[in-house]
Amino acid sequence: MAILLIAEHDNNTLSEQTAKALSAAQKIGGEIDILVAGQGAKAAADAAARLAGVRKVLLAESEALKEQLAEPLADTIVALATGYDAFVAPATSMGKNVLPRVAALLDVMQVSDVIEVVNATTFKRPTYAGNAIQTVEATDAKRVITVRTSSFQAAGEGGSAPVENVGAAADKGLSRFVENKIAASDRPELTSTRIIISGGRALGSAEKFEEVLLPLADKLGAAIGASRAAVDAGYAPNDWQVGQTGKVVAPDLYIACGISGAIQHLAGMKDSKVIVAINKDEEAPIFQVADYGIVGDLFQILPELEKAL
Amino acid sequence: MKVLVPVKRVIDANVKPRVKADGSGVELANVKMAMNPFDEIAVEEAIRQKEAGKVEEIVAVSIGPAQAQETLRTALAMGADRAILVKCDQAVEPLDVAKILKGIAEAEKPGMIILGKQAIDDDANQTGQMLAALLGWAQGTFASKLEISEGTAKITREVDAGLQVVELKLPAIVTTDLRLNEPRYASLPNIMKAKKKPLDEKAPSDYGVEVRSRLKVLTTEEPAKRKAGIKVSSAAELVDRLKNEAGVL
Repeated sequence: MAILLIAEHDNNTLSEQTAKALSAAQKIGGEIDILVAGQGAKAAADAAARLAGVRKVLLAESEALKEQLAEPLADTIVALATGYDAFVAPATSMGKNVLPRVAALLDVMQVSDVIEVVNATTFKRPTYAGNAIQTVEATDAKRVITVRTSSFQAAGEGGSAPVENVGAAADKGLSRFVENKIAASDRPELTSTRIIISGGRALGSAEKFEEVLLPLADKLGAAIGASRAAVDAGYAPNDWQVGQTGKVVAPDLYIACGISGAIQHLAGMKDSKVIVAINKDEEAPIFQVADYGIVGDLFQILPELEKAL
Repeated sequence: MKVLVPVKRVIDANVKPRVKADGSGVELANVKMAMNPFDEIAVEEAIRQKEAGKVEEIVAVSIGPAQAQETLRTALAMGADRAILVKCDQAVEPLDVAKILKGIAEAEKPGMIILGKQAIDDDANQTGQMLAALLGWAQGTFASKLEISEGTAKITREVDAGLQVVELKLPAIVTTDLRLNEPRYASLPNIMKAKKKPLDEKAPSDYGVEVRSRLKVLTTEEPAKRKAGIKVSSAAELVDRLKNEAGVL
């Protein structure tokens, strides 16, 4: 059995999501190759080659692959398909975008968002916003799988796999990259950080969101998250959203401030090791999953918390 | 141009799903059902593009049991022009949904198909991408902004790092994210008018698709429950417990 793992990277650096998805691939079992598709992505490929338990790294480079657009990336993967029994990617915005396209081209039904590998063909995955966990057996000849990376530990380093160049599929010109609108930030990434401090609609404005949460996040070295309500209201950018359809996180410590705890939000954070909830409504559902709760005004409690640290 | 909007009948987003005690699935009998929220956003976007003069006709499609007619009537009441129900009583996986939609797209020749990015029951997030693959079209997934021009569409996508803007050659697939728009409620007169709008009934076999399950669901279980913890009285006590009891600081 051979598995092709699609790397998450930005051409320069390899995301930790790749190492986590590698763990899931190792549980499926077999020879694992990593595909790094990009442009000027040798550094990311070298990083992938250092991961433990990798047979080889395939580096596919072209202008069209630079931003990992779905159409040329899916074609590149499908061109490699004959050598593989399974295709695995982290369930990031890249994986979610590309892998179903690959699955359809291979006439395979994809297993999305795997949280546990039971055996080589059987997987557990959340449905209904995490309220029902399905165990599914994939019966197609090949398997296409996206992995919920918060459920897997990152695979270690220490490998020295060879890096091989492979061809990039010809660009059919279906789509064209225009621009990325990404706020530069030196904060830790939501999906790989140890501590997250998250804000809800109770913060009241974008200014308050920053004013109240930032000092605490800085002191804790924490990433900042947000509920859907806070993002919809424009208090926080979309890439901060934690939840069923945003980012799914499982840090050591998750501090929910002014978040009531809709099921869609809980779906994105209830696997955190320790959950703290600060909310003025003591009936808020967030308290049902919190290890520690404080009922009170977050504008008063958060500055106190910062001082007490 | 014509726009196709597939809509799915799912458990209402405000209902907490209950797993059946025998592990055979989620209880759907006597549970309130509604249009998948991401599909509502798709219908709304098609209507706004029509109001802006970019779209001439909106065709809503649903694949499901006879009751999916209600979901289609909702789309018609919001502003879709006509509807197609592909009747199928068994569960249809995204790949077969995509195959049926491909057949409809070949018959209807839309310039764009707008879908919800995922359904809140199976949370698969696959159908739009699969349909794009089968049709050989461009895909703009997780859209928070859609600008249609002559022969192309500019899509702003919500991605993990922020936003990505891509330009797609038409015809194309667009899947909706939460921030694309806020769907309207259908007015009573429009609900009445929707009852007279055309609704065709089809079967998967009309599109050469034989529905089958490729993913065998072995069991469905409730997730491990977290137990509620304790309330603490002050920030100082919280810090103390996080340091000394939980050991996470």
